[in-house]
Amino acid sequence: MNRMRAALASDRSRNRRRAFALAIASCLLGGLALAGGASADFWTPESGGGSENAESIDTLYKIVLAVAAIVFIGVEGALIYSMVKFRARKGAVPAQIRGNTRLEIGWTLGAAVVLLVLAVVTFAMLDDIRTPENSDPDGYPTPVVADVKNASAYQPRPPNGRSLKIQVNGQRYVWRYTYPDADDNPLNNTFNYTELVVPTKTTVTLDIEAQDVAHSWWIPALGGKADAVPGHTNFTWFKIDKPGFYRGQCAELCGRNHADMVAQVRAIEPAAFKTYLATKKREIAENNAGALERREADAAKDASANDAPSSEAP
Amino acid sequence: MPTATEAPARIPEIIAHKVEPEPKGWVSWVTTTDHKRIGILYLVTTFVFFLIGGVEALLMRVQLGAPDNTFLTPSTYNALFTLHGTTMIFLFVVPIMAGFANYFLPLMIGARDMAFPKLNALSYWLLLFGGVVFYLSLFFHPPEAGWTSYAPLSGGTFSETAGIDAWIFLIHLTGISSLLGAINFYATIANMRAPGMGWGRLPLFVWSVLVYAILLILALPVIAGAVTLLLTDRHFGTGFFDQSQGGDPLLWQHLFWFFGHPEVYIMILPGFGMISEILPVFARKPIFGYKAIAAATVVIAFLALLVWAHHMFTTPSATIVLVFFMISSFLIAIPTGVKIFNWVATLWRGTIEFKTPLIFSVGFISVFLIGGITGVFLAVFPVDWQLHDTYFVVAHLHYVLVGGSVFAIFAGIYYWFPKMAGRMLGETMGKWSFALMYLGFNITFLIQHTIGLDGMPRRIYEYPDVGHLATYNLISTIGSFILAVGILLTVINVVRSMKVGVEAGPDPWKANTLEWFTQSPPPVNNFDVIPRVRSVEPMKDIRRQVARQAEPPVELGPQSTSGSGH
Repeated sequence: MNRMRAALASDRSRNRRRAFALAIASCLLGGLALAGGASADFWTPESGGGSENAESIDTLYKIVLAVAAIVFIGVEGALIYSMVKFRARKGAVPAQIRGNTRLEIGWTLGAAVVLLVLAVVTFAMLDDIRTPENSDPDGYPTPVVADVKNASAYQPRPPNGRSLKIQVNGQRYVWRYTYPDADDNPLNNTFNYTELVVPTKTTVTLDIEAQDVAHSWWIPALGGKADAVPGHTNFTWFKIDKPGFYRGQCAELCGRNHADMVAQVRAIEPAAFKTYLATKKREIAENNAGALERREADAAKDASANDAPSSEAP
Repeated sequence: MPTATEAPARIPEIIAHKVEPEPKGWVSWVTTTDHKRIGILYLVTTFVFFLIGGVEALLMRVQLGAPDNTFLTPSTYNALFTLHGTTMIFLFVVPIMAGFANYFLPLMIGARDMAFPKLNALSYWLLLFGGVVFYLSLFFHPPEAGWTSYAPLSGGTFSETAGIDAWIFLIHLTGISSLLGAINFYATIANMRAPGMGWGRLPLFVWSVLVYAILLILALPVIAGAVTLLLTDRHFGTGFFDQSQGGDPLLWQHLFWFFGHPEVYIMILPGFGMISEILPVFARKPIFGYKAIAAATVVIAFLALLVWAHHMFTTPSATIVLVFFMISSFLIAIPTGVKIFNWVATLWRGTIEFKTPLIFSVGFISVFLIGGITGVFLAVFPVDWQLHDTYFVVAHLHYVLVGGSVFAIFAGIYYWFPKMAGRMLGETMGKWSFALMYLGFNITFLIQHTIGLDGMPRRIYEYPDVGHLATYNLISTIGSFILAVGILLTVINVVRSMKVGVEAGPDPWKANTLEWFTQSPPPVNNFDVIPRVRSVEPMKDIRRQVARQAEPPVELGPQSTSGSGH
């Protein structure tokens, strides 16, 4: 009697168990299907359409994703299959296997081969990602960039050595961009904050530095991150084909307003860029002149204010 | 029947000048040097820290539930993720593994206590005080530089308040605690194994604790040195991490991750060990590839010391550094994969009993696999340039540490609670807890991969309403609350089962290792008799031997059946 009741109970609990396992499996599969159907970029980085190096990283990501999907489905499949197939059943006898050397060697080598393939693919694509292209013939005319002294990172140049080299400086909580200038005095150079305006069809190389704490330069559509670390110069490049806006933000914790340290790249036609630089330069010069005048006026006022009491003092 | 005619053994005479009465109540807990009581202190303390860290996580998820949210200030948010990360790593996952090891390591190797019981107590109290010192910073100013405390942000110029100093002292105190614990585990395993327990018969959990101890001994001095340099930088102007004084902020990153990456394996290897113990018990099958799993543990530990700079792929580094650390990170995927294959092979052709510990273990394999695979994405350094410091990394590390370590810890709780409390945990509530945790966990963190791919960096207190970010983050926030309810169910289950749980008896699971040889809970001396170990599954041998002795000898014929008549 007791035994019968126990058998019934175990039957009921087995059914409940089965329902339970089914519920979990269907939730998981449902979730995955929903996610997969949502959109194609659910699985891939938001980095197409900007620069060639970002496209290459995107391709590399997709190759890794494909390999990962195969491994994932294989292992999870084996796991789910054994969960269903090898449930404890009446009369089932567990196989007393302790291992299999050939199998061990097999899957060790298998894993190694998969990773070797990934490494080879990465090396094959590395040059496309790291080494800048030449500017298009109709791009903004740029000088041959001199070798950077004291550069801490690997800084490849385009094959013809010509690029628009812009200095990017991270500071809490804003990015400062300094454009190259013909003269040697960097204090006269054109600069801007937050928005980096660049010409299209032109290779732009960035020297990335930080002034206070570490930051990280990142515009997803224009390539990967480059940390801006105080005392070091980091490097990245991009070449944009069509005019447009590309947004990003600081990716290394830099303090309370880290979330607000945004950056934007605006690509415009080379001709428009020439005008932009000229206008910007004039504006800065005017502002500087204005500031100088104000400072002189202030100084004069201070002087007269200081003079007045001193003349009365004795 | 043994004859009663033998003379009784002489009772040895004990002479004592003074016998102190056994301390009772809370004094007995404060003064204890019993590894089981210290183990329980560890488990309870770390679990409380786990709950605190969980509440911090929920607050952050509430803040991120909507774009441009103003629920938390930037300063509070930064403090919360610093507290959360530090708590979960230094006050929960690492020490709870020490808690399990404290309780079960001596039992599993047939020892009566740890090698150095007083040192063991010191380890626990240092941990507790480390946690208290750290949380006292809430009363002046909690640290805001993240659990990684990168220089120069953590330096005196940019973090003037003493929160970072509290963090430094937490690292020191918990570091000394873990170091002493590690030396203790190592000494215990090396010297106090039951007769017959050679290295080839060491339970796999003990193997993993051995390797955990060695990694702690190798990695902790590095972080202790690093935080000391940070401390002198902050207060005495030494400038080790200040580029303007001949130092280098990157030095901090190298030192931190030289410790930080082994730390990841310190957190996951004992979990691997638990899974390797639990699967064979419920599949009723020996572990597949004992030697391969033990060897993989050792190889992982070796490689774990050689992968640190994969956290630094976006820093200005030489190409050779990027290439080396990509390859070494690939290599570590191989022994990890070998373990996963061996676990699946252990289930293969078994007779799997779906008890809660098994379900948590299988859940562990299924989600840890995702964490392992996304690790390969991050090891490919050009891909890492896009994914680094985004929510993809947050998802990856939670798949490893929650999907991995936490699920293993819960499997361990359900598996070993009967031994510690003498009562079983409720199965129904356990399965509900698993279901909610599994569902909640995947809802919270699967979507975070996509959030990262969409360009959202980690450690930001707000984000604009662009693309699908708002929806994805809301999904993640909802998931985190489901996960929290799942965890709460286990807490309720534990508290309830201490009173009303079914009596467990010494060996409720028909398990393989020696801790099931003694009563539940074990007496102070653990074992009256320590059995000789003849295989990697000593309890299986003992059960077989008992069955052989109990079963009536065939040649006695009809006589033997007379006993079963009533």
